[in-house]
Amino acid sequence: MKVLVAVKRAIDPNVKVRVKADGSDVELNGVKMALNPFCEIAVEEAIRLKEKGLASEVVVVSVGSSAAQEQLRTALALGADRALLVETSAVLEPLNVAKYLSKVIDNEKPQLILFGKQAIDQENNQVGQMVAQLIGSGQATYASSISYIEDQWVVEREVDGGSQTLALSVPAVVTCDLRLNEPRYASLPNIMKAKKKPLEVVAADTLGAGVKEHVRLLGVAPPAVRKAGIKVGSVSELVDKLKNVAGVI
Amino acid sequence: MRTLVIAEHVAGQLTAGTWSAITAAIELGAETDLLVTGGADAPAVAEQAALTLGLHRILFAQGTIFEKALAENVQPLITSLVADRYTHVVADASSMGRNVLPRVAASLDVGMLSDVIRVVSADTFQRPIYAGNAIATVQSLDPIKLLTVRASAFAQASSQHNRCEVIAVDSGQSASNTRFVSEQLTVSERPDLSSARVVVSGGRGMQSKESFALIERVADKLGGAVGASRAAVDAGFAPNDLQVGQTGKIVAPDLYIAAGISGAIQHLAGMSGSKVIVAINQDAEAPIAQVADYMLVADLFEALPELETAL
Repeated sequence: MKVLVAVKRAIDPNVKVRVKADGSDVELNGVKMALNPFCEIAVEEAIRLKEKGLASEVVVVSVGSSAAQEQLRTALALGADRALLVETSAVLEPLNVAKYLSKVIDNEKPQLILFGKQAIDQENNQVGQMVAQLIGSGQATYASSISYIEDQWVVEREVDGGSQTLALSVPAVVTCDLRLNEPRYASLPNIMKAKKKPLEVVAADTLGAGVKEHVRLLGVAPPAVRKAGIKVGSVSELVDKLKNVAGVI
Repeated sequence: MRTLVIAEHVAGQLTAGTWSAITAAIELGAETDLLVTGGADAPAVAEQAALTLGLHRILFAQGTIFEKALAENVQPLITSLVADRYTHVVADASSMGRNVLPRVAASLDVGMLSDVIRVVSADTFQRPIYAGNAIATVQSLDPIKLLTVRASAFAQASSQHNRCEVIAVDSGQSASNTRFVSEQLTVSERPDLSSARVVVSGGRGMQSKESFALIERVADKLGGAVGASRAAVDAGFAPNDLQVGQTGKIVAPDLYIAAGISGAIQHLAGMSGSKVIVAINQDAEAPIAQVADYMLVADLFEALPELETAL
C-alpha cells in the first residue's frame, strides 16, 4: 500500500518568536526553520508501517516555497521513498493547501494519507479534515495508534475525556497526535542517501485547484504582558494571598 | 445575518464550552440558533438549551448516527442547514469542534478560523498563533464565516425562563466510510484538564512518578485537574494526556499552580493565559518566575504537603 504524508516547513519549536516592529506579522527572516513536530510524527508512523510490511511506498508532499525542499529532504533521510513539492509563494491558507493536496492525492492514489494534527505556527488544525472532505474519505484525527485489520484502517484517537476507536475504509485520512510515536533521528549515511532520492517540484498553479483568498491577516501583536508578580515567604502567606487578594480559592 | 452554534453535550448536559460558544455567537450581534444533535438524549438537551438567554431557536436532530458525533455524519447536516441560511457558524474549539468544522468549511468552499479568543466585528476576529506568542487579527472574506472559539476566552451564557422555539430537523444518513468501534472514557473524579478552574502541574522537579501523588492531593483539595510539563511526561512521571504546553493541552484556568516546573517556552505557551499563576520552585531565577503572580521559593516536597494541609 502507498502511504502519502503531508509535511510543513515551520518555525523551529525551540525558537521564541518576535512580532515585527510594524505589527504586520511575526519575524521569520533569519529564524531557524524545521519540520513541524506533528508532521515528523506522521513521517515516523509511515516509515513504521513500511517496516511492518504494511506500506510499500512512502511519499512525502509539501506545499510551500522552494525552501521547503529542505524539510522534504529531512523526511527522505528519515526513510520516505520520494518527495513532491507543490511550489507556491502564496500565503498558505488551509483550504488552499487542502485543494492542492487533494489534486496530488487524485494523481498518486494512496491508501492512507497521514498529516500532523496541526502546524505549530498558524495552529489551525484544519488541513487533514478539509482534505478528507474534498476527497470524500473518512477521517480519524488526533491518532494515538494506527493498525490495519480486515481491509480497514483502525485508529485510536484522543478525544476530550478519553479515547475513541474508529474503523475507516480505504483510502483514509489520519492526523497524528503527539502520543502516536517517538520520531527517530536521521543518521548521517541516511542524510547522504536522501540527497539521491527523487524530489519532484510542481508549480502549484499547474494543478488546477481553483484556490482563492479566504482570510486576510490584518496585523499581529504580542500577547498582553503579565504584571510582575511577588515573592511570598511561606505557604500560609501564599494561601492568604490566593484567598484574600486573588480570590481564586 | 444569522448565527448557528453547534452544541456539544455529555451525559445529557451541554458542555461548558458550548455555553462559552453561545456567548461568542451572541457577541456577533445576529440572531443565534443552536443545533443539538444526538441519540435518545437530544430532545432533553434541546429543551435545556431552550432556556438560554439570547437564543432564538433550537434545532435538534435525533438519530443513532449522531451518537458519537462522527464528522462524516454531522457534516452533511450542518452543511445543509447552513447553506443560504446562516452567515456564521460557531463551535467550541473542543476535540469535537476541531474535528467537524473544517469538514464543513471544505464542503461550503469557505475558510475557517480556529480558536478565536475575541470577536472584533462580524467579520474580524483575534486568535493566538505561534503557541500564544503572537495574537493575529484576521478578517474573513467569505460569505459564511466558520469559527471555533477558545472556551476560556468567553464567559458562559446564562439561563433564564423564557423558553425559545425548539424545532426538529431532518436527521440524514450514516456515512459508509467510517465506523465507530469503541471508546474508552477516562474515569476520573477530577475535572477535565482543558476546562478545569484550577490546574496543579508538576515538572521535572517532582523527581519520580510516586511523588506526583503530592500534586494530586493538592489538586483534589482545590477541586482541580492535574497537569504536567513535557519534562515530567518524558521522564515517565505522568501520562502524556496530562501534558500542558505547545504540543500538549492549552489551559487557561483561574488558578495554575506550577510545582517544580522551570518554565520553558513550550510550557509557558500552554498556560500563560491563566488568570493567576503560582510557582513553587527552589530556583528563584527559573523562567517561570517571569510569569508567576506568586512565587514561593521552597522545597516542593515540604511545600506541597504543607499547602495540602493549609487548604
